[in-house]
Amino acid sequence: MTFLSETRSPVFHKILNREYFVYYALILVIAFFAVVLSETAFLSTPNFMNIIRQTTPITVMAVGMTFALAVGHIDLSVGSVVALSALVCGLLVDVVPWPVAVFAGLSSGLLVGLINGVLTEWLKVSSLLITLGSMGVISGVARVLTNLESIPITNDSFTYIFGSGSFGPVSVMFIWTLLALILGWIFLSKTRFGSHLLAVGGNPTASRALGINVVKVKITAMVIAGGAAAMAGMLYAGRLHGARYSLGEADLLTVIAAVAIGGTSLFGGRASVAGAVVGSWLMGVINNGLILWGFSTNEQIIARGLILIVAVAIGVKEDRR
Amino acid sequence: MTAEYHVPDNALEVREVHKSFGGVQALKGVSFSILKGEVVGLLGDNGAGKSTLVRCISGVHPQDKGEILINGQEVDIKSPQDARDQGIETVFQDLAVIPNFDVSKNLFLNREILSSNPILKFFGWLNHKEMSRQSEIALKRLNSRIPSFREEIKNLSGGQRQAVSIARAVNWGADIVIMDEPTAALGVEQAAQVNNLIKLISSQGISVLLISHNIQHVMEVCHRAVVLRHGRAAANVRIEDITPDDLVGLITGAKRAA
Ligand SMILES: Nc1ncnc2c1ncn2[C@@H]1O[C@H](COP(=O)(O)OP(=O)(O)OP(=O)(O)O)[C@@H](O)[C@H]1O
Ligand SMILES: [Mg+2]
Repeated sequence: MTFLSETRSPVFHKILNREYFVYYALILVIAFFAVVLSETAFLSTPNFMNIIRQTTPITVMAVGMTFALAVGHIDLSVGSVVALSALVCGLLVDVVPWPVAVFAGLSSGLLVGLINGVLTEWLKVSSLLITLGSMGVISGVARVLTNLESIPITNDSFTYIFGSGSFGPVSVMFIWTLLALILGWIFLSKTRFGSHLLAVGGNPTASRALGINVVKVKITAMVIAGGAAAMAGMLYAGRLHGARYSLGEADLLTVIAAVAIGGTSLFGGRASVAGAVVGSWLMGVINNGLILWGFSTNEQIIARGLILIVAVAIGVKEDRR
Repeated sequence: MTAEYHVPDNALEVREVHKSFGGVQALKGVSFSILKGEVVGLLGDNGAGKSTLVRCISGVHPQDKGEILINGQEVDIKSPQDARDQGIETVFQDLAVIPNFDVSKNLFLNREILSSNPILKFFGWLNHKEMSRQSEIALKRLNSRIPSFREEIKNLSGGQRQAVSIARAVNWGADIVIMDEPTAALGVEQAAQVNNLIKLISSQGISVLLISHNIQHVMEVCHRAVVLRHGRAAANVRIEDITPDDLVGLITGAKRAA
């Protein structure tokens, strides 16, 4: 027994820390594909830049979702908000100056987040149910909005800034990823606001007793999640030069799996923005590797599901501690 | 003695406090006072009105009638924030701490120290360093056995967690700390730690109003006991003048105050 406890030195403990799990997983997965796909261009800078380009909308959504989970909420409507905001922006971008269209697109997501947050507090039900409902409503609205038609976006400034542009080999998407990482990390870890978010998620009763406005904090978290999803909508529209009702449709599972594997608790109080970003890269690398290996979308969906289950299994063990 | 007579170093005095919930008269005119640095036990059977009285003092719900005086001055306590502004802090039985936060973050929750840089301050940028420094001092002041201010609360025992709650109250400059059954959720050893902490903060001039069902704890840490019965102060006795059995008698009503 003594031997065992001696081997579990602080350093050893630290290395095994849950926080680092997602980094190890990313390295392992890259190493695995590098071997299996050694004949392909998997292990190359252009391919990794490509992965970032593909993944950035997920990354941005994952950072937003981290805020919702931090307070103990979840936002199932993020995928549908992607489509809504992209369509709102796409419908307006040729009618009004493009920044106004972007403002409108982002506002639609913030508004959905606000409604989600207010309804959850007002009806005092789980955000899971409220956002399940709003997911349905918004996907419906997105379908009706354009009669299932795609909207092409030809505005070069818009498409350049929101995903298609690049500085030499560096895609603007990389800059958006960095921005999401830095802003998210600062707000969650460095500010009073982030501290209150995590406090509310960790022990709402205690937070209320200490004078924190719990309702306001929880609603704000949902607004952030909605806003981030709308931002992801802009990035899809910019990268694909168009908007369509089906944008973001398949992203919910990917986003939740990315955040969960990154070390954020699905029950509030523990959250990591860096983990969510790296988690989204992990999902991106797995998708990319499976495609290069010749697998289809179906296997990718299976992989995502498995990752979410693994993440939940590890996370629950941590939360019960 | 006239009604205007003030004992100069009364930290807290309640006078004829009434509170009803619909038809239920929970408090029917309760009066008592606490000296500076005094530990007063608030006792009484279930439903006697202890928590109701404490909630009036800590601003959770204001009383219907009667006065609350701090240092001889009548004060208007309408919200928990008002109570805090008057130097009254409440420590709850159910361990009001955030499990994933370290000791320092718990001590400063909702009273964070922000960066002195005006721009960073505007964004609510935390000054972790200063909070850590002050946490270390706060823990030293309470001789606490908490290993480090960096320790996450979930790694601490119940007694240590309660010590963090008490440290938070003291650290926020409380002159009066109200504790509603602070040891109810704790084992023997840990309750003893909390009791020692109560004695210590009392010796530092802080007044404590301690609600407890544990006669032994009351005999050990309190200077005086106020017994509530049916919404009235049925007895107000010095601990050295009473036996545990008599105290129990006062609570159950088997014995009347002299
Ligand atoms: N919010 C409320 N609404 C209605 N009645 C209440 C409320 N709070 C307390 N009461 C009633 O007031 C009376 C006193 O309750 P209180 O909680 O103050 O008792 P207590 O002395 O703290 O009891 P215990 O030892 O069980 O904690 C009880 O009859 C209770 O039912
Ligand atoms: Mg009570």
